Amino acid sequence: MNTLLLVEQGLNGLQLGVMLFLMAAGLTLVFGIMDMINLAHGSFYMVGAYLTATFAPLLDSFALGLLAALPLAALAGMAVEMVALRTLYRREHLDQVLATFGLILFFNELVRIVWGPQPIFLSPPAWLAGTVEIIPGVPYPAFRLAIIGVGLAVAGFLYLLITRTRTGMLIRAGASNREMLGALGVDVKRLYTLVFGLGAALAALAGAMAGPILAVQVGMGESVLILTFVVIVIGGLGSVRGALVGALLVGMVDTMARALLPTLLRAVMPPSQADGMGASLASMTIYILMAAVLAWKPRGLFPAHA
Amino acid sequence: MNSVSRGVAAILAAGFACFASPLSAQTGDVKVGMITTLSGPGSGLGIDVRDGFALALKDLGGTLGGLKATVIEGDDQQKPDIAKQLADRMVERDEVDVVTGIIWSNLALALMPSLERAEVFFLSPNAGPSQLAGKQCNPFFFGVAYQNDGQHEAMGQHMQSQGIKRAYLMAPNYPAGKDALTGVKRFFKGEVVGEVYTAVGQLDYAAELAQLRAAAPDGVYIFYPGGMGINFVKQFEQAGLKGKVPLFGPGFSFSEDSLPAIGDAALGVMNTAQWSGDLDNPQNRKFVQGFEAAYNRLPSVYAAQAYDTALLLDSAVRKVGGNLADKDALRAALKAADFQSIRGDFKFNANHFPIQDYYLREVVKDGKGRLTNVIRGTVFEDHADPYAAECRM
Repeated sequence: MNTLLLVEQGLNGLQLGVMLFLMAAGLTLVFGIMDMINLAHGSFYMVGAYLTATFAPLLDSFALGLLAALPLAALAGMAVEMVALRTLYRREHLDQVLATFGLILFFNELVRIVWGPQPIFLSPPAWLAGTVEIIPGVPYPAFRLAIIGVGLAVAGFLYLLITRTRTGMLIRAGASNREMLGALGVDVKRLYTLVFGLGAALAALAGAMAGPILAVQVGMGESVLILTFVVIVIGGLGSVRGALVGALLVGMVDTMARALLPTLLRAVMPPSQADGMGASLASMTIYILMAAVLAWKPRGLFPAHA
Repeated sequence: MNSVSRGVAAILAAGFACFASPLSAQTGDVKVGMITTLSGPGSGLGIDVRDGFALALKDLGGTLGGLKATVIEGDDQQKPDIAKQLADRMVERDEVDVVTGIIWSNLALALMPSLERAEVFFLSPNAGPSQLAGKQCNPFFFGVAYQNDGQHEAMGQHMQSQGIKRAYLMAPNYPAGKDALTGVKRFFKGEVVGEVYTAVGQLDYAAELAQLRAAAPDGVYIFYPGGMGINFVKQFEQAGLKGKVPLFGPGFSFSEDSLPAIGDAALGVMNTAQWSGDLDNPQNRKFVQGFEAAYNRLPSVYAAQAYDTALLLDSAVRKVGGNLADKDALRAALKAADFQSIRGDFKFNANHFPIQDYYLREVVKDGKGRLTNVIRGTVFEDHADPYAAECRM
């Protein structure tokens, strides 16, 4: 494998990583602050993709479609929080898992009723549809570069929001001691609703950015949710910094394993066997990574409630 | 939602059971158990099967072989255990005469033992696993669509005849993926420069596409069912590979149910199937027009297969004069396949799988700008599957 290919695979790993970060940031924020396990996070990802795929052709612009979709997804998130999740904060995690699993089924059926069972199409904006040669001789999809840019921008935005703003201070305070925060006169209920809306909007952004690359279909949130949970467990529950590091780690390890393992195994066994075994091993690597991290640091790399 | 829909189905089924009474054999109706995937990511295929079957019934005036037809629907959610519960209930309580609808091979394999015990015929409108075609072939199973390898074999043959020297093969890492690439290699004799297996349900193929570009093959064959295929083809185009490396695949990966979601990235892709919307026979023209009028979308291979399944059943019921109790006679009537298939020539092999033509199709835009397939040639005539020799029946 030559260097150019390795650099390209590095970009692919980075792109998968920031994509996972968009999902993981919202999920971990909600967990860190509300101590709430929300399996339905993938549903907002799906809703974000569907809404963008609906608005983008209507407004004749991917960016405008995205701008229309995000507030709606945030509103949907806040509505779900107020109607369904508010009563679950004081219940056990298992109850939350059951209830939010129910929400997954609800959202899947709702999307199927509204948009139909067939997957729908979402195209990237015309100026990002092609490839660019950032490395000479290697055309790289422009839209994937845009995903990297958006992901890193969101990471920066979240960093500023949490460390430099009053809202961020309340979020951090809520994560450490919600009773005290309430006693100080902060409307904790409203804070939770807003944070949940923010989490939903981040997931919807991830879904919208994934739409032009992936199939916009019912149930698209589930497969990405599993990876997201791996990211959060590695990064440490409740930590946005952990989500970023975990996401980049998972993106990079997964991509490199898929690219390198079959090639390495070809050196020691016949090609058809090597390809089959390489694929099997590659799909295990992120779970091996998770097990290794947990053996070393049982609460993840950057636990929020240390 | 699940328990609700199951509850509704149960109430409907119960209501039907009171209605039907034990006299149903004499009153003469045909009860069809339609077990298919109506929810979740795979629901597009199941809905096409259900709709294709329903359209045939409508065209037949609500009858099968002259008897009143009743369809009892069940959503298997793509899960073998649920499919099995539905089948048991339909057999025991609803006393269905035949079961159909199944999309997935693992579900078909899970249902077969109990249907065989109950002596209920299973007409598969899609799933055609090699097990049921070979050693485990079954007197109560009829594969109306294809044996799973068929489309892959046809494309292997086409790639061979195109003079492709260095081919790159890709499939998900599970039994059907390995079978698919085995099917291609059965007829493609050139060099295989890469045989790549990816995780089932993988979303992102960036790493694999980079490797693919580096390998610079003459052609790439992909077997990616459902959402995986949509993802792959879109990313293949975005990576700038479209037009540089010819892309080949089985017909069901470029079927009208997923083409709208792939978009123009699919334009020009060659694929192989036993049916196409532009097949020129009166039966098929009636089907395609009727489907579009009824459902306002283009029919997929799945809908076509289900339509044929209903026509086959209609012919068999007519042949036995409505006497569904004589299983041997019904089997012989099904095996005779005395109906005008919308795919043209069609007959059953000794293992109850089709002997049929396979066509080379290209993805194009129709007059209304919709993506669809047109036939560019015939790859196989009267093609039979390679497992039939192992079947003792």
